[in-house]
Amino acid sequence: MTAMLELDAVSRQFVKKLDAIEKLAKTLGASVSESCVNAVDSASFAVARGEVVGLVGESGCGKSTLGRMVAGLLPVSGGTIRFEGVDVTDAASEDAKTARLRIQMIFQDPMSSLNPRMKVEEIVGEAAVYHGLTTRREMSAYVAGILRQVGLDPAYAQRFPHQFSGGQRQRIGIARALAVRPDFLICDESIAALDVSIQAQVINLFQDLRRELDLTYLFISHDLSVIEHIADRVVVMYLGRIVEIASTEALFDAPQHPYTQALIDQVPRLGAGRQTYRTIKGEIPSPLAPPPGCHFHPRCPMAGPRCQREVPVLRNSAGRSVACHLHDGGTQ
Amino acid sequence: MSVLEVHNLQTHFFTDAGVVKAVDGVDFALNEGEVLGLVGESGSGKSVTGFSILRLVDPPGRVVGGHIMFRGQDLAQLPEAEMRRLRGNKIAMIFQDPMMTLNPVLRIDTQMIEAVRAHEKVSAKAARDRAISALAKVGIPSPAERLDAYPHQFSGGMRQRVAIAIALLNGPDLIVADEPTTALDVTIQSQILAEIQELARDTGTALIWITHDLAVVAGLADRVAVMYAGRIVETGQTDAVLTAPGHPYSVGLLGSIPGHGQRGERLTQIPGMAPNMAHLPPGCAFAPRCFNADERCRSDAPGIDEIDTGRALRCHHPLITPGVSA
Repeated sequence: MTAMLELDAVSRQFVKKLDAIEKLAKTLGASVSESCVNAVDSASFAVARGEVVGLVGESGCGKSTLGRMVAGLLPVSGGTIRFEGVDVTDAASEDAKTARLRIQMIFQDPMSSLNPRMKVEEIVGEAAVYHGLTTRREMSAYVAGILRQVGLDPAYAQRFPHQFSGGQRQRIGIARALAVRPDFLICDESIAALDVSIQAQVINLFQDLRRELDLTYLFISHDLSVIEHIADRVVVMYLGRIVEIASTEALFDAPQHPYTQALIDQVPRLGAGRQTYRTIKGEIPSPLAPPPGCHFHPRCPMAGPRCQREVPVLRNSAGRSVACHLHDGGTQ
Repeated sequence: MSVLEVHNLQTHFFTDAGVVKAVDGVDFALNEGEVLGLVGESGSGKSVTGFSILRLVDPPGRVVGGHIMFRGQDLAQLPEAEMRRLRGNKIAMIFQDPMMTLNPVLRIDTQMIEAVRAHEKVSAKAARDRAISALAKVGIPSPAERLDAYPHQFSGGMRQRVAIAIALLNGPDLIVADEPTTALDVTIQSQILAEIQELARDTGTALIWITHDLAVVAGLADRVAVMYAGRIVETGQTDAVLTAPGHPYSVGLLGSIPGHGQRGERLTQIPGMAPNMAHLPPGCAFAPRCFNADERCRSDAPGIDEIDTGRALRCHHPLITPGVSA
């Protein structure tokens, strides 16, 4: 297995700069400082060719930020991203531009990612013409082929996005991504806004396309049942850090990190009968002031004194990685 | 004893594109302490059913027929002034977005004390005490201090708890909850579900839980009603419906949910999409998407038949036979 995408200690900080008055207050001796959020804190993992890697976590864990950095939509604050061995960290470099064409992103809300004033044919065909994959003259036929691939009637090519239902719009979003013949798709909550029956159609479409076009996916979602269904391997994030990486079977059968255990435990499931919901305490802390040591320790039922002091390292053993002191010498 | 009985409820929207029968003949009943899961996809009429019970449907929508019997009173016929006395008092609603319930410029205590004193002559002190105990009940830490906060100072999950606490203030007999956990994270959702479950058990409050998520209903509801195109197509005990669904739509809906030991396999999908509610097909509304439909389904709309105690189906060709259902 060769790694198609490799992330090495990729980080991203968002800094809220001081405004004029705060700067003035600071020069006068007030204790104000720039606030900084570590949205992604040294994330390292690899995606092999043909693999589907699921990225899960709750809101604010940094999963979308990570996806955007891989897609080249957000600059990286630290670390390196390699695509097929080539460093693409610097988004302005030629290598990165070439790679970016092969990495495409499908967004959550198709209505805000499709230009409402353009016809479907232009939305899907524009990039392909620009990149010389087809000519303006042959664009119609090219687009028709792609629309058929995503299960849309090519006759729809002359319509505008608002004339479609949510599920169809998501198919247009997928068609646009496929139009430049990518190898790697980043799906950022791509089915979260769809109804259950339409969700199933789109999940099936993703799996058909994977087989037909030999695609690799980074599938970002907060929905564990979707991830369990579609992914080969799962990366779990909490407050900007990766806490566990494992194959889907291993992760769902025997999660090792207490956070992963809690997450899997709390997914409402069919066939479980009347559930008594067991809950983990508290809420996700503010990323502006994350707790010291392990970010999860204030909510963790197993936390010990070491968890408050020391940041756990993601350690690899037997094909799976977990960042928890419980698996690394104890919490004392 | 039944708290609520809805008979043949019809709520129509009179739009330029035609009359949309958002709710078209819905029947159900609810006992004390019972949790009913009202399930359906967008546009199925599940939320409009909930809004109709509280008479909160805005024009161009209107309840055009049926009875909503709440403790022997027909809410559909009640004068607006009396309806106001019931809302927030004996019948409460929890919305998907707590910011719809909370006024952003008023402190939580102002809003909660107002909600108590609007329905009952009590001192501000007593109302405040009641607010504190309601906040404590939904698991808000140090409720007395948090009362002084504004809604924006709470996280999404905490705001939803405050909205639930307001719904509980006057000890309602019925709570209508419209997708209250859909916007929340999994860990927060399960905290809220756990609290709601306990409350319904302890207070005997009847609960209508409106959601698109069958998995949530599976763990929470005693009975479930599946809606499609403005009608209930299947209803019964939650376990019975989920283990042996009888309507092809329920079967499709259950098959569409990923993640029960069929990793990587194709999901059973329902073909096509939800119908245009202004132009429903003449027969069964689900017929164009149904694998089991025949000529009769396309021309003749099925009625709802009780096939077992508390188990009813709206289908010409139900997938379970009467008396055999679990």
